[in-house]
Amino acid sequence: MLRLNQIHKVFNEGTLDEKVALEDINLTLDPGDFVTVIGSNGAGKSTLMNMISGVLTPDVGDVFIDEKQITSLPEYKRSKLIGRVFQDPMAGTAPSMTIQENLALAYNRNRRRTLMKGVTKKLKSTFQEALETLHLGLEDRLSAKVGMLSGGERQALSLLMATFTEPKMLLLDEHTAALDPARAALITRLTGEIVDRTHLTTLMVTHNMQQALDLGNRLIMMDSGKIILEVEGEDKQNLTIEALLHEFQRIKGAKMNNDRALLG
Amino acid sequence: MGSAMFGAVESGIIYAIMALGVYLSFRILDFPDLTVDGSFVTGAAIAAILIVNGTNPFFATLLAIGAGFLAGCVTGLLHTKGKINPLLAGILMMIALYSINLRIMGRSNVPLLNEESIFTKLETLFEATGIDAFFNNVASSIGLSNLTSTWSILISMLLVTALIKILTDLFLRTQIGLALRATGDNKRMIRSFSANTDQFTILGLGLSNALVALAGALIAQYSSFADVGMGIGMIIIGLASVIIGEAIFGTRTIAVTTFAVVGGAIVYRIVVSLALRVDFLETGDMKLITAVIVIAALVLPQLIDGQKERNRKKRKRLQQELKLREMKDGGEEYASTKSNSQSI
Repeated sequence: MLRLNQIHKVFNEGTLDEKVALEDINLTLDPGDFVTVIGSNGAGKSTLMNMISGVLTPDVGDVFIDEKQITSLPEYKRSKLIGRVFQDPMAGTAPSMTIQENLALAYNRNRRRTLMKGVTKKLKSTFQEALETLHLGLEDRLSAKVGMLSGGERQALSLLMATFTEPKMLLLDEHTAALDPARAALITRLTGEIVDRTHLTTLMVTHNMQQALDLGNRLIMMDSGKIILEVEGEDKQNLTIEALLHEFQRIKGAKMNNDRALLG
Repeated sequence: MGSAMFGAVESGIIYAIMALGVYLSFRILDFPDLTVDGSFVTGAAIAAILIVNGTNPFFATLLAIGAGFLAGCVTGLLHTKGKINPLLAGILMMIALYSINLRIMGRSNVPLLNEESIFTKLETLFEATGIDAFFNNVASSIGLSNLTSTWSILISMLLVTALIKILTDLFLRTQIGLALRATGDNKRMIRSFSANTDQFTILGLGLSNALVALAGALIAQYSSFADVGMGIGMIIIGLASVIIGEAIFGTRTIAVTTFAVVGGAIVYRIVVSLALRVDFLETGDMKLITAVIVIAALVLPQLIDGQKERNRKKRKRLQQELKLREMKDGGEEYASTKSNSQSI
């Protein structure tokens, strides 16, 4: 489904601020894979997401979706294939437009936009059915402006919109990080439900270790632009936060010892 | 007085088309587009020079619309492909158009006094069909006589502006229109739904300036001249119309807002014509009056809201005080009855 081949990315190369964001990233996602990505700030998680969505292009390496090379395809063309939910609940919806208009925008993701009416009667009932799956009562507020919704409601709507046309891939970039614990739990539950139902190939960045363990069938840990740990299947199911932290320290420690040996 | 008001409403309805254009760029695309000062004159210049050279005025007006569309697209290209800040892109286009407009006209002023324009054609039509006579009778029956020599301008422009308003409303509800609005509202979001925001910005600015150029072409025919300086401050007049209209009529839906913009343009013209009747003000003070009107339209709503908020808080405090006093009184009564019962 998704294949990243030897991706390298350096920011501000040749200056004092030079930062290696990604170094030799190789990652393959099979159809239906749900991969959670963890790692400290600056580990390269967001850069990885931006490489896939097309906000950034790699210095070296290639991105494939369904074995089609999309490395230099502009962001807006890639979004036909990739649904995204951002960390900021304000980022995924158009606040001055109504719920139904926002859904119509999502609905037209992989259609040619024409001078036909954006929100038709038929679409309205489709939208209502889709909104019912969120259990937030949004189906009765189709013509409410999205700016009036709470952060949690907006994020739930963003999630629905991102998955509405069943793209090839779903990218979730810390999409529960800006919500209170109750709303975060709701969005986490909805994410699980939607991915289960649609079997979307999903990549989710999170800072919440428990969430990374609860969701998905694979887990990868990143540090300093590299993937340092990959766990999948049964191993992932049996994984605990303690074991994860322990593993992280073991790998980091080993690396530091190596560095020390080199310097010494 | 009556005929001055009539004239103000007439020109207000034509300027409303320009205001709708400014609404598209300023509000829908969130792009303060100063191209307007230039594209308004471009519309006027093209219509004027073609009419002087014997072109059919309707066809000349159509070409003016096309030129305005192109001018807007260039501003859009400067901003999206050239990555130039929106204000600067508009200013650059505005001064570029100044020279282009001079080239189009060949001189700084083209009079249209004895030329066949859209309005002379309509006037003849209205006279011939007796529509004018009908409206004059209606007007004089309610005590208004000698308002105007012809009703053709008011009625035809009312129809044209209403048609453009309705088309704008419909367009903004199409799939393309929705994407255009989302481009102004949240670029990042609509890009993630596979819309090319650059394309929609260019399209939106094109449409906006097409309307502005149409207004320019009509104003040139209405006032029987095109002048290279007639666009100065046009963007502010457009903004004034949008802001005044929104303040008076509200922005509940798109249809209400476009109605507000048209209304705002007419109200603006009426206010200006009233202001010009004040003895110590001269025609040259127009721009100053405009600036004052816009500032008032921006500041007054804030002052009113502030006052409302203060009144609300005052009421709330009073209620709270009353409640406290009642509780205290009740408490004292309770205490006094208690002490009475004890004494017994």
